[in-house]
Amino acid sequence: MTPALAMFLLFVLITLAITYWAARKSQSAAAFFTASRRITGWQNGVAVAGDYMSAASFLGIAGLIAFFGYDGFMFSVGWLVAYLTVLLVVAEPLRNAGKYTMADVLAYRLNPRPVRAMAALSTITVSTFYMIAQMVGAGALVTLLLGSSHVTYEYAVIGVGALMITYVIFGGMLATTWVQIIKAMLLMAGTILLSLLVLAHFGWSFANFFDAVTRVTYHDKGVLVTKNFLEPGLRYTAANHGALDLISLGMALVFGTAGLPHILVRFYTVPDAKTARISVVWAMVLIGSFYIMTTFLGFGAATIVGRDQIAISGGNNMSAPLLAQALAGDIFFAFIAAIAFATILAVVAGLTISASTSFAHDFYTAVIHKGTERRPGEEVRVARVTAFVVGAVAIGIAILLGKDANVAFLVALAFAVAASANLPVIVLSLFWKRFNTTGAVLGLATGLVASLALIIISPNIMKVDPPGVVGAARHLIQHPPIFPLENPGILSIPLGFLGAILGTFLRREPRAEARFAELSVRANTGLGAEKATTD
Amino acid sequence: MADQREIGSEGAPINWEALAASDRFHRLLKAKRRFVVPAMIFFIVYYFALPVLVGYARPFMEKRVLGPVNLAYLFALSQFFMAWIIAALYVRAAARFDKMAADVIKPDDSSAPR
Repeated sequence: MTPALAMFLLFVLITLAITYWAARKSQSAAAFFTASRRITGWQNGVAVAGDYMSAASFLGIAGLIAFFGYDGFMFSVGWLVAYLTVLLVVAEPLRNAGKYTMADVLAYRLNPRPVRAMAALSTITVSTFYMIAQMVGAGALVTLLLGSSHVTYEYAVIGVGALMITYVIFGGMLATTWVQIIKAMLLMAGTILLSLLVLAHFGWSFANFFDAVTRVTYHDKGVLVTKNFLEPGLRYTAANHGALDLISLGMALVFGTAGLPHILVRFYTVPDAKTARISVVWAMVLIGSFYIMTTFLGFGAATIVGRDQIAISGGNNMSAPLLAQALAGDIFFAFIAAIAFATILAVVAGLTISASTSFAHDFYTAVIHKGTERRPGEEVRVARVTAFVVGAVAIGIAILLGKDANVAFLVALAFAVAASANLPVIVLSLFWKRFNTTGAVLGLATGLVASLALIIISPNIMKVDPPGVVGAARHLIQHPPIFPLENPGILSIPLGFLGAILGTFLRREPRAEARFAELSVRANTGLGAEKATTD
Repeated sequence: MADQREIGSEGAPINWEALAASDRFHRLLKAKRRFVVPAMIFFIVYYFALPVLVGYARPFMEKRVLGPVNLAYLFALSQFFMAWIIAALYVRAAARFDKMAADVIKPDDSSAPR
């Protein structure tokens, strides 16, 4: 057994033990959906960080910096700054006025059935797309890290899927939370250790380190070049609308993070709004420290391992593990690989529980059964079945797509939908008295459709590949892109707001306006907010 | 599922309209707005200045200011501290909002009949 496999199995055993422990405490609805709202501020903060920092952050951004230097680092800034929107605008009102999902806040003063149906559709779209991206990445990664002679892509995907389903069905939000906490701690430990090793390699001198970063040598199309990796322009250039694409991505992050269902549900797991606020701050400390340290991970990989070596040893996603191997050998490589595995599991578990909560609470109970459970415990039962179905569907799609599928755009899509559909209606419902059901439904629909349509006609899907590209790596539509940017945010977010505002003006809804007073008092004071439960 | 129009802790229904119309509540909203709106505007301008400057003022951003380290890197790094500082300022201001909110819903408040 390789050290990497041993560490993978150790993590799996620990998380299964947690699930067993959590299962006995996750019987009631409040326990299953919100861990009885008894998670503390720091715990939830660490869990938010664990829910948020995906393999795309850990492996992807390290790889982007290793390959594209400064442009990769600039990419990592927005992931932290986005939390200011969460902190200043949504976390506390949501905790005060909601119960299990973001749609609770909308359903307060709007007509619950259409609004919840649309919100559930948007939530499940965001979560499943994001999940499929993670699963394909997980499958490819696990085979790469463990060696495809040990585990094939299909088994890796089934394994990851089975684990996430197990955590959620048996352990509910409590198990999911602790898987995320352990993952975040492992991720931070691994990142700090790697950063220290990089600094030690340069004689503990920042000057030596940054000097090396200004002279990175690699082969570009067969020619040996030396580049200053602190200078912008290696990835985002005027020719590919670089600045606009970054602005568009920045908008999707700044407005989308506060609309990501799997992040929002985390604020229902704490006792009150003040604790929700504290947990955002904890999350910001961890997320910020992590992204600052990507400086050492990415530039370290560029200078110590080198772009040429990374390219022939698995590609840019392998930058961080290869750096670990170069600095401290196979055991450390195994540790970093196990962290990457833990990272994926924690994120997919969070996505699974948010999708199934939304289906059970918003769609099954509120839309199909008009807001009443026919039998006690029905909502939790439906959520468990949904978790199984969502997980099975994600496994199936990931296997069908195959490990070479170009799925990075699914993450961009998830953020774009969250920013263009979810955030406008959350904000307008909390702060605009005139806002009504038509506005919410039209806003959600416009944001969702605009994001999807713009992604389809963007270079993510529409592009003419050079003759060498074959199979799943080829773009679906072999035609020059109609929309030139990879991220649709710059256009889809204004469209989402526009849809919500125009829809509102189509009709007056006296009931929605009358109930604004109540929502506003609840959201701002916490009067009548859901309490922590004991069971 | 429990009806969301629940009963206050004293057992009597809460008069939300009266609370929303109270002076204390208006003061709370105003205090929050005075912090949150400028903070949002500041961070959005500061953050989007990064891609704009890097995209359209590259020679300026490539100036080396600290040994080999250029302005572009330092400005990107400063974004993290900007976010942390605004978060810290907000936490401090929010302690004040918490007190004001508690005043709004205090049971002995004449504007909260029960």
